[in-house]
Amino acid sequence: MIGYTHVTKRFGPLKAVDDVSLDIAEGEFVAIVGGSGSGKTTLLRLANRLIEANGGSITVEGEDVRSVDPVALRRRIGYVFQSGGLFPHLSVADNIGITPKLLGVAAADIAARVGELLDLVQLDGTAHRDRLPEALSGGQRQRVGVARALAAKPRIVLMDEPFGALDPLTRDALGDDYRSLHRKLGLTTVMITHDMTEAILLADRIAVMRGGKMLAQGTPAELSKSSEAYVLELLRTPRRQVERLNALLPQSGSV
Amino acid sequence: MSLFADPRWGEALSHLADYLGNHVRVSLAALALGLVVSLPLAILTRNRPAPRAILLALASIVQTVPGLALLALFYPLLLLAASVTLAWFGASFSAFGFLPAMLALALYSMLPVLRNGITGLNGIDPALIEAAKGVGMTPQQSLVMVELPLALPVMMAGIRTAAVWVIGTATLSTPIGQTSLGNYIFAGLQTQNWVFVLFGCFASALLALAVDQLLGLIEGGLRRRSRLRTGLGAVGIAALVAATLVPTMGRSSQSYVVGAKTFAEQYVLSALLRDRLQAAGLSATSRSGLGSSVIFEALKAGDIDLYVDYSGTLWANQLHRTDIKPRAELLAELKTALAKENITLLGELGFENAYALVMPKKRAEALGIHSIADLAAHASTMSIAGDYEFFSRPEWAALQKAYGLSFHAQRQMQPDFMYAAVASGEVDAIAGYTSDGLIAKYDLVALDDPRHAIPPYDAILLLAPKRAGDERLQAALKPLLGKIDIATMREANLRASGNDANSSPDAVARWLWEKVGKR
Repeated sequence: MIGYTHVTKRFGPLKAVDDVSLDIAEGEFVAIVGGSGSGKTTLLRLANRLIEANGGSITVEGEDVRSVDPVALRRRIGYVFQSGGLFPHLSVADNIGITPKLLGVAAADIAARVGELLDLVQLDGTAHRDRLPEALSGGQRQRVGVARALAAKPRIVLMDEPFGALDPLTRDALGDDYRSLHRKLGLTTVMITHDMTEAILLADRIAVMRGGKMLAQGTPAELSKSSEAYVLELLRTPRRQVERLNALLPQSGSV
Repeated sequence: MSLFADPRWGEALSHLADYLGNHVRVSLAALALGLVVSLPLAILTRNRPAPRAILLALASIVQTVPGLALLALFYPLLLLAASVTLAWFGASFSAFGFLPAMLALALYSMLPVLRNGITGLNGIDPALIEAAKGVGMTPQQSLVMVELPLALPVMMAGIRTAAVWVIGTATLSTPIGQTSLGNYIFAGLQTQNWVFVLFGCFASALLALAVDQLLGLIEGGLRRRSRLRTGLGAVGIAALVAATLVPTMGRSSQSYVVGAKTFAEQYVLSALLRDRLQAAGLSATSRSGLGSSVIFEALKAGDIDLYVDYSGTLWANQLHRTDIKPRAELLAELKTALAKENITLLGELGFENAYALVMPKKRAEALGIHSIADLAAHASTMSIAGDYEFFSRPEWAALQKAYGLSFHAQRQMQPDFMYAAVASGEVDAIAGYTSDGLIAKYDLVALDDPRHAIPPYDAILLLAPKRAGDERLQAALKPLLGKIDIATMREANLRASGNDANSSPDAVARWLWEKVGKR
């Protein structure tokens, strides 16, 4: 569904993405993991041409993105922004319905679609649809963000650290809910995260980036065979956390 | 007597529809023009730091020009433009009143609109602009659906600031011929009619508040997406404009306009001329408070039909002469020169309003000062005050040269305050006017000018080129020629300087006619 071939993106002298190749199959859930400045967000934004590559080629659903009108491309790819990116002056319903509206869908059809989407992301439609984003909790906002990304029935969803700013309970619930949506709707999802635990729990396949380079990609099992010390270190982190938690919380038995 | 029982409130109220209507129209037109220019500029330069900086710097420079000066600058500029269009296209426009006032005020409104527009648009969280792009908006859609709505509160704050500024500054457009609430303030200041000054201040403050609140209503409506509020605010503004249009609908454009400069004598004389025309069955209005350089150009262009000027003033300012001739010769030469511009010098009213050096009678006697020559001996330890133009006029240079005058200090003052200042000893001498009634009131003396350094200043009646052959007009005015002697004019001016109901220009003009009409 998405193919990166020897892609390079420079910001001045800095190579934010350096000769990266990555193929994402239909229906796959891929997490791109890396620290800040690793180039993971840049890689994601190249897919719907929020930024343009300097070298290499990118295909989406078999088409070279450079041959597609960027606005049309973005309308058919769902995008979930870090901390929501909801428009503060628009109601929940208007935020969710924005892409269908841009596509010229009739108002009544948009209203019906908004209702479906609110159910899908498990928000109470009657209570929430006319509220402004400021009246929602962080978790609710991100659910609206997911609903907005799905509004125009995209086959691909890009997510930029979607759950990063949420409290752990909300984060777990939202991650699980999204994972089931991904399956139910047959989506192809690319998610950016700095959290390896989240990546392992949600994604089918993980790509690890550092300093603009793709260090390794594969299932968690495949990654554990990597020769890169950084990749192994990242993979060890979740287990080490569990061990420390077990030591600190002996009465709970296991976490 | 209670403050509000003063009949001048009633007189002030009778002008309200005219003054307020003109004020609203020029302010809102200026504001609309300012918005139409500034908002697109703010939008175009929002992502371009260099043009943005230049634009804001230019707007700031305009703002540092005092409002009165900016308004005054537009008059000669437009006059030039009008003469160019006349030469090139054979058509011209009036450089007087509405147009220069509106353009200057529009320029004045630009800074807050631009600055707040740019600040509002640049203050938007970049993540939201990215989100707009990410959900599939084109740049135009992003601007209309996300950026402008989010910048709206800051932009509206700028528009409201601009509205208040423009309405306040519009009071200064009176001297360039735009009728406004400033007419109350200028007339009140010149004729010491504090009722008028207060009335003008309150009216313009109330207008500014009302417009600000209506814009606030529109802003709230836009922000809360309430059509009701937006509609109410818009209807309010439209109603304000419509209400100001109604009283002026029936006004005849055929009426004669009598001009007056910005001092009491001129207000009285223009009221007198207007009354004479009306008595002769002609429709006439007065346009008061015009700047000294504006009024002659306005006559030449036909924006006003007649006014009273002074021979020496035109001699120096229009003919640019520095030599001094005997009275009759100067008048004859002036008449010929004006005739070349098709301006009719109908005749003299009979008195002179010349500059004169004035000091308290007792002090002059104590020091043995009778003439300017005597004053020169004491000048080095004395201070002198003059009006805003006196020290840059040729008369002052001529006086200094003829008598070797050199004062310890010189100050500029509002003419009406000069006499009190010299009477109280705040300054030692003033450059006063010979026809001023305050000379007698404060027991002052006008010093002789034995070397004739000051030219004659006969009050003369001028008619616009388009009225050159107007027999009815001339017949209505002829009875005034040569009838007003200096003593009568001084008394009239003294009456006008009072602070009661009988001191209004209209009342004094009636008194003056009773006095001279039967002569």
